[in-house]
Amino acid sequence: MSLELKGITKSFGSLLANDSIDLSVGDGEILAILGENGAGKSTLMNIVYGLLQPDAGEIRVNGQLVSINEPSDALAAGIGMVHQHFMLIPVFTVLENIVLGHEATSKLGKLDLTSARAKLLALAKDFGFVIDPDALVESLPVGVQQRVEILKALMYDAKVLILDEPTAVLTPQETDELLEVIRRLRTQGTSIIFISHKLREVKAIANRISVIRRGKVVGSAEPSASQEELASLMVGRPVNLAPDKTPHTIGEVILHVKDLTISDATGRALVKDVSFDVRGGEVLAIAGVQGNGQSELAQSIINLEPHVVGSMTLEGRELVGMSVHQSLHEGIAFIPESRELDGLISSFSIADNLILDTHREKPYAKGITLSPREVFAEAEVKAKEFDIRAQSIKDPASSLSGGNKQKVVLARELSRPVKLLVASQPTRGLDVGSIEFVHERILAERDAGRAVLLFSTELDEVLALADRIAVMYAGKILAIVDSGVTREKLGLLMAGVVE
Amino acid sequence: MKNLIAMKSFTATQRRQTWLHIVLFIIALFELKAFGFGNPANAKTTFGFTLAKEWVLIHTWIIGSATGSYLFSIIALIAAVVAITLIALKKRAGLATAVTGLALMMGFLCWAAAGKFIPLTGMLQGSLLLAVPLVFGSMSGLLSERSGVINIAIEGQLLAGAFASGVVASLTHKSALGLLVAPLAGALISLLLATFAIKFSVDQVILGFVLNVLVIGLTDFLYKKLLIPYQTTWNSGPSFSRIEIPLIGKLPIIGPIFFNQTLIVYLMYLIVVIITYSLFKTKWGLRTRAVGEHPTAADSVGIDVNKLRFRNVLIAGLVSGLGGAYFTIGSTGSFSKEMTSGAGFIALAALIFGKWTPMGAVSAALLFGFADNLQGTLSIIGVSIPSEFMLMVPYIATIIAVSGLVGRVRAPKADGIHYSRGGSH
Ligand SMILES: Nc1ncnc2c1ncn2[C@@H]1O[C@H](COP(=O)(O)OP(=O)(O)OP(=O)(O)O)[C@@H](O)[C@H]1O
Ligand SMILES: [Mg+2]
Repeated sequence: MSLELKGITKSFGSLLANDSIDLSVGDGEILAILGENGAGKSTLMNIVYGLLQPDAGEIRVNGQLVSINEPSDALAAGIGMVHQHFMLIPVFTVLENIVLGHEATSKLGKLDLTSARAKLLALAKDFGFVIDPDALVESLPVGVQQRVEILKALMYDAKVLILDEPTAVLTPQETDELLEVIRRLRTQGTSIIFISHKLREVKAIANRISVIRRGKVVGSAEPSASQEELASLMVGRPVNLAPDKTPHTIGEVILHVKDLTISDATGRALVKDVSFDVRGGEVLAIAGVQGNGQSELAQSIINLEPHVVGSMTLEGRELVGMSVHQSLHEGIAFIPESRELDGLISSFSIADNLILDTHREKPYAKGITLSPREVFAEAEVKAKEFDIRAQSIKDPASSLSGGNKQKVVLARELSRPVKLLVASQPTRGLDVGSIEFVHERILAERDAGRAVLLFSTELDEVLALADRIAVMYAGKILAIVDSGVTREKLGLLMAGVVE
Repeated sequence: MKNLIAMKSFTATQRRQTWLHIVLFIIALFELKAFGFGNPANAKTTFGFTLAKEWVLIHTWIIGSATGSYLFSIIALIAAVVAITLIALKKRAGLATAVTGLALMMGFLCWAAAGKFIPLTGMLQGSLLLAVPLVFGSMSGLLSERSGVINIAIEGQLLAGAFASGVVASLTHKSALGLLVAPLAGALISLLLATFAIKFSVDQVILGFVLNVLVIGLTDFLYKKLLIPYQTTWNSGPSFSRIEIPLIGKLPIIGPIFFNQTLIVYLMYLIVVIITYSLFKTKWGLRTRAVGEHPTAADSVGIDVNKLRFRNVLIAGLVSGLGGAYFTIGSTGSFSKEMTSGAGFIALAALIFGKWTPMGAVSAALLFGFADNLQGTLSIIGVSIPSEFMLMVPYIATIIAVSGLVGRVRAPKADGIHYSRGGSH
């Protein structure tokens, strides 16, 4: 089936998110869409799927004009979508999630799940997925949840499948499996739109690549194009994908972690007896698949975790037991895993977000009041230094694109005197241009002799930045290896395999 | 003791439940000491078991007050230990918990009513009657909150239902007509709630609160201006009489409590059964729960979130409006000022204590009804426990529930959050 978009235009207030976009994907074709954060990719896809209404433009399926006002119209037209944020109900079972919206009923309005169950099992078997229809979705790992999303789309015969950043949360193995599934669907004649910031995947899977910048289609490329070419097409300037890592001198131990155990409220240990050192001028990457205790370990460093046993010293001073405020002012910069939830107060202005940590200090505070002039002046300086692109620093942080949000967090955290930078998934969901910037800043800290503790699930990021790599698995540090390790070896370690 | 030592390896639920039973155990110990031994040696407590014309198993049961307290406290102690052991073994301890609670209560009654007569069946029947509006109210809350709209306006819906049914029945001399308008009155309040909450995204808690004030003010005004001056035409309606169900109505103890009731109570049973079934077994139920948990996901599979919510809030109004009729045509037939006296809020407490499940909410409503009635019975037979203490029970229970002592209480995830489509980005 073919899908054709003509002149799709959509604005949110004064922001033109989609500006007369023309795109098409043919029978059994995989079209990859590249674009910076906020370029308008998800907006466009939500329009195709009926979750948003375009201001102008038309959608054709197999040459026929269709009007899509609701997701149900899209489903009826054979369009399925796997959303950037999962559309699964955590407290429902897999099967319940799959039948939702397409329920069959028997007498007395009773839900009849038998045929759906059979169809689901057959489909899963066909794709070699192992799936328990009665498992609660919240109890499943993200990789499996992703499969449920895909099965959900396939159950109702999607002939055009939209995948909006489907690999953002997957492990390298899971990503490979997903790409395999996508190839199979193509051979069955499904048309696929694939959105990703990961150029490696895009090159591996796409038949054609379209690039969107600021709501406009700015060009297309062949999958044979180099990653650098694709990146510069996206961003509109040359991008350095492999940050320059200069040889350096390693200094004294800055952070010393010994026998650290972190438990959750129920007493289950999430991080078990972890010990390591980070030295000045060194990036220690903690690699691992999401959910192996990294989040807790990262949070514990500034004492955001309540149940911690063990010791953690910063230049000899014990951190465990300090307040968050104290730990930050000991000289730790902290980039949290979720910038939207923990890094920023979305409804506050950019300027206010930049002084969240220092608002009670001079010159921002004058007695019991804030001095807006100082706050704004400082924000202008920071915006320039960190290249924060906003219409105004008085705009709410929620109006920024992902990359610019992260720059605000970086700018704030690096404005204190820093001995240790803790960065947790600092480039998750960011486009290549923003990744380049964040990587440069992280390496700049390292080169200035600070200790950097990087938490990342991305192999490429870990390999590009780290001097040493500690792999976490099931709450333990499985191994600490040199940065010369191969991708394959690292991937295996992350899956818990030690030879 | 070994179980206690092993608590380290317990899950959170196990630990919480164990603590709960340790508390029960300590209460039982206290009861044993204070009531069992601290009673006039010869005083006797009499329990009455008959009420109407049901088949009689026993009429009365007379037991020495001290012996009774002693006996039941020991039963409670044993049952608590059994429960703790079962919990440690990861087995279901519900029965043991129930026995513990029941034995504690009986021990207390033996002590409190020393030398007096306790009409046990009557007390339970009274509990059910007090629980009826709570059940209606909590079912209304369930319907609305499971789909993601907070319903604080239950109190107002009950009151509107009570007023409308009382007045209409009085004017027409037909209780059936009263029964018909009560749900409509409740639904009218719901219509306001749904319109402003869903269409205009007004904060649902504030809105519900305002609606309560509105209904209280309006009914107070009409009561003063119409119902008092023209009482004979406006406020002296008929009421339903009890209908005994053949055979099961004659069963000893259970019969008079459950099956010799008015039409409204039977309607309540029906509604509880229908809601329980529908919420977990039907397409509507699946969609309702989906919309209350993750509306964006529901929307993305073609479910009209706000339409479903709107409909559910209206149905919720029908249910609590009907419950309101219980105050007037379900009992004396006449309306009085603010006669629901907070039942809507206690119903909300029952919903939370019952963890937003139909059976949980009904059990909580019955428990609250019992606490309320116990206070009445005790004061009638002349035991002086300040009634304020018993009236606190629902609220204390809710605080305990919310603080997690009886298990994790989780509201529907999207409860109270307005849904509008913005696409995911
Ligand atoms: N519902 C909305 N209301 C207002 N602005 C919106 C809305 N949805 C998206 N936007 C804005 O429209 C622009 C395009 O957003 P969109 O989510 O389509 O970007 P994207 O290309 O998918 O980015 P990413 O790579 O970060 O997912 C952004 O500036 C975003 O802030
Ligand atoms: Mg997007």
